[in-house]
Order: sequence, then structure tokens, then C-alpha cells
Amino acid sequence: MASDLPPPYTAMTRHDMMPRANHDETARFNFLTHFNRYLSGAIGGGNKLAYDKRVLPAFRETHGRDPEHRYEIRDAMNEDSWHRNWSALKRNSMEMRQHNGRQIVLRQLDELDAMAAKLIEQSGILELDPSVEQPPYQTAVDIHCQPGGYHTEERENDVTVGANYDVGLFATTGGALGGSNDGGGQAVVGWVKAERPDWRPRRILDIGCTVGHNAVPIALAYPDAEVIAIDTAAASLRYGAARAAAMGVRNIKFVQASGEDLSRWADGHFDWVQTTMFLHELSSKAMPRLLKEAHRVLSPEGLILHVEQPQYSDEMPLFEQFMRDWDAFNNNEPFWTAMHGQDLKQVMADAGFARESQFVAGVRAVVDPEIFPPSPDDGEEDFGRAAIWNAYGAWKDPVTSIEPAAAV
Amino acid sequence: MSGADDGLDWVALSGKRAKGKRPEYFDEPALDRLYSTVFALAAEVSALRDRQDTIERLLEKNGALSREEIEAYVPDRQAGEERGLATRAYMGRIMRGFQQELEAMEADDQPIMDIVERLKRE
Repeated sequence: MASDLPPPYTAMTRHDMMPRANHDETARFNFLTHFNRYLSGAIGGGNKLAYDKRVLPAFRETHGRDPEHRYEIRDAMNEDSWHRNWSALKRNSMEMRQHNGRQIVLRQLDELDAMAAKLIEQSGILELDPSVEQPPYQTAVDIHCQPGGYHTEERENDVTVGANYDVGLFATTGGALGGSNDGGGQAVVGWVKAERPDWRPRRILDIGCTVGHNAVPIALAYPDAEVIAIDTAAASLRYGAARAAAMGVRNIKFVQASGEDLSRWADGHFDWVQTTMFLHELSSKAMPRLLKEAHRVLSPEGLILHVEQPQYSDEMPLFEQFMRDWDAFNNNEPFWTAMHGQDLKQVMADAGFARESQFVAGVRAVVDPEIFPPSPDDGEEDFGRAAIWNAYGAWKDPVTSIEPAAAV
Repeated sequence: MSGADDGLDWVALSGKRAKGKRPEYFDEPALDRLYSTVFALAAEVSALRDRQDTIERLLEKNGALSREEIEAYVPDRQAGEERGLATRAYMGRIMRGFQQELEAMEADDQPIMDIVERLKRE
């Protein structure tokens, strides 16, 4: 019975930059952890039931056919009382998570900013570039309903948005990412170590790193490598650098830069280019630009790896696509639906990664099993949230002269 | 713990809205507001229950307590599971209406009047 209970928030790993949650703030996160699990588990099946029992039959009655696109299901389900109730609950759980996280962070912001400034100065691992503009896909809405997004400052040089992201991710994911929210990065490390046990990458680029929770485990697993973690958002990088410094990581640098413009790095500079749950935060024009740049800076025989939720395909039932789309419309993830509808292998091929060099692998969060229960095996249980992902990757062709277009 | 020195109002700032139009889930906007309030209150009741449990455990162990001890309390594995189970049971109580609506969708009960009529006949 107890084995599948979510772990208490106090199981989170503490480092000097982690905002200190008091007793009741901790308890609020515990409530939200249970609330999220309840919504996806105990009553998550209600959406399918409502669809099968009444929404689909009514659609057939009206249209004389089955839905042909996930948006048709969405329109129909948005009229259904169960789905409205469930969505309202889930939206509120996101908003409550943000509110609680911001209360924790903002009430101790002086201490956090001072600690960050000290750690950043001592470590020297932060490099900001104010000339980097925030791309429109990052500013159109506040992604994940996180007030201020990843980039907004509450005051000069503060760490609010990064700290809030880190402090509440545990509750959003029901603890599935482990004590340092690094289950994704740990999963990537586990996959690469199993795939190429003797590989020794020298330089690693993590694009869209936010607070570095997925880049840090890579740096720790490859202590001889130099990890560059980039993001356009200084407010997140500032916290990320201080966090990494507090965790004692030395071989990482947080650099303000856009993945669409990696011109500061020479062709073939990196042995490994990584994105983790990031491609869906871009736009249709930005994603191919970023991938072409990633291809350019990747060394021959280097590894590119994107961790994402599964892409939609004709094999995926439309209802599942609709459920996986929920965050796009209800949790401010506006590129999610278009991105997951794309043929990522073709997009990768257009960027220069020959199809025969590409692969898709399944990875799941790696967490301490003593503290954290495994993510549910049934991927349908928590559409778009389960800590089970697909890794879309390629080992770059050793022939360096291939032009991106020629490789299609 | 008192917020920022430069007069930054952490209580007001923490409630900032996320940019992006919020979906309207119900035809009656008051219902959307009510959901937000009800579940914020549900979280507070849950937090109060945790706090009471903490106080009871500390008193049982030490016979006395300080507020610092409450704030610093970290449940051990067994206590964490007991509290987790209690929170799950609490969740079941406040969510019963939703859970039973789901069961009702599965059950396809007839209207009660149909049964009233049938029992009158049979």
C-alpha cells in the first residue's frame, strides 16, 4: 500500500541555494503532490470514460463519422462537464504550485540573492550577455503558468524565477524526478553510459538548460568533460549557476546564449549536444534553426540527444494525442501541440542528421528507489507528465563535409 | 524571513498572474473563482493536519516542544508514509464527489423514477 505513496517534500536534497520551505509551505507541497497524483491516477480515467460513453457517441450522432483530428476531440471534450471539472482542478493545481513556490522564494529573496551573488563570484561559472534577446516563443506567454516565465526579474539581478522553478518541480511531478529534480539528466547519463561505456566526451553543450537540473548530472558523470549550459534567460541562469556551485560542480559553465545562434562556438566544437524537455518550448521556425546550429557545432561522430515526450503519429490514438495536448492549451505550452505533431526524424534530417544515423530510445527517470517510487509503467496514466520519455538522437556522420540539405 | 529589504512586498508579488489568457472552464465565472478558493482552502486544511501531526509526534517523543522544532521537523520514513497515507485518505474525502461521478459514468444507473415505477408495478 505504502510503496506507491509519493515521497514527502522533505525528501528533497538540500543545497545552499535551495530556498528553505517552512513547515506549512512543505505541507502545501505535500498536498499538491498528492493532488496531482489523484488527478492523474484515481480520477484520471474519467476523461476516457466520458469520451467513450457520451462525447464520442454524440459526435458520431452530429457528424456521422469519428473525429479526424485531436482538435475535434478537444472541442467536443471542452463541452463535457467531467472534462471541464477535471481541467479546472488541474489548472488550479498548477497555479497553487506557482503561488506556494513564489511565497517561499520571495519572502527570503534577500538571503537567496546574497547567497547567489557569493556563490557566483566564488565559482566564476556564470557568463551573462545582456545583448541576448528573449525570443518571442519565450515571452508570448509565461510558460508552465510560471509568473514571469523563465526570464523576468522581480528586481535587478534576482533569482526568483529560477528558484521558484526548482523549489516546486518536485510537487508538479509528484516527486518522480528525484531529490534534486535531476531524474531526466540521470536518465540521459544512464542511457549514454550503457550505450557507449568507454566514451569520453570532452565538451558538452546543453541547450535550454533553465536552472541546469539536467546538465548538472551530466557534468557530475563526466568530470573530465567541460559542460556548457546555455539559455536565453539570465534570471534562470543566475540561479542555475549558484545552484551548481552550491552542489560543488566545477566542470560546468552557465552561458547566456540562444540555441539559434551558436556562432561563438566553432564548427565541431562539441562532442555532445543535449536538450532535455526543451524542443517543445520553441517555435516551428526556431526549432530547425536551432537544430542546424546544433549540427554545425557537433563534432563528427558526436552525439545529439533530445529528451521529449513521445511524438504523435498515426499509430497514436487521437484521444491520447488530445490528452497529451492538454498542457498546450491549459498550462501555457503553446508550441507543444505543433511540435509533437511534427515528424521529428524528418526535422532532424533536414538539419543534417542523416536518417540512418538517427535512433529513438526509451528512457525513464533515474531516482533513488529507497526514497522515490518508480514512475508508473502505464504511460497513458499521466499524459505528458510521466517521467518516461523518448530520446530522439543521432550519432553524427563521421563525414564532415555533408551540407545539411544534402543529407535529407 | 521578513522579505526583502527594498520594500518588495512578497505577499502581493507572490500572487502575480502568469501572462497568457486563462481558460474559462465553466459557463458561470463564479464557479472558476470558487474552485480556486475551495482548493486553496483544501491545501490549508491539509497543512493544518500535517502541523497537528507534527506537534503530536514531537510531544509524544519529547513531552514538550518549541516552534523551531516544528519548523525543522523532518518525518522519518515510517512517519512520512503514515502522513502520506493520511493525506491520501484526506484527498479521498474531499474528492469523493468527483470520484463517485466517475463511478456513476461507469455504472449507467437508470433514473430513480424508473425504478420507482418498476417497483410499483412488479
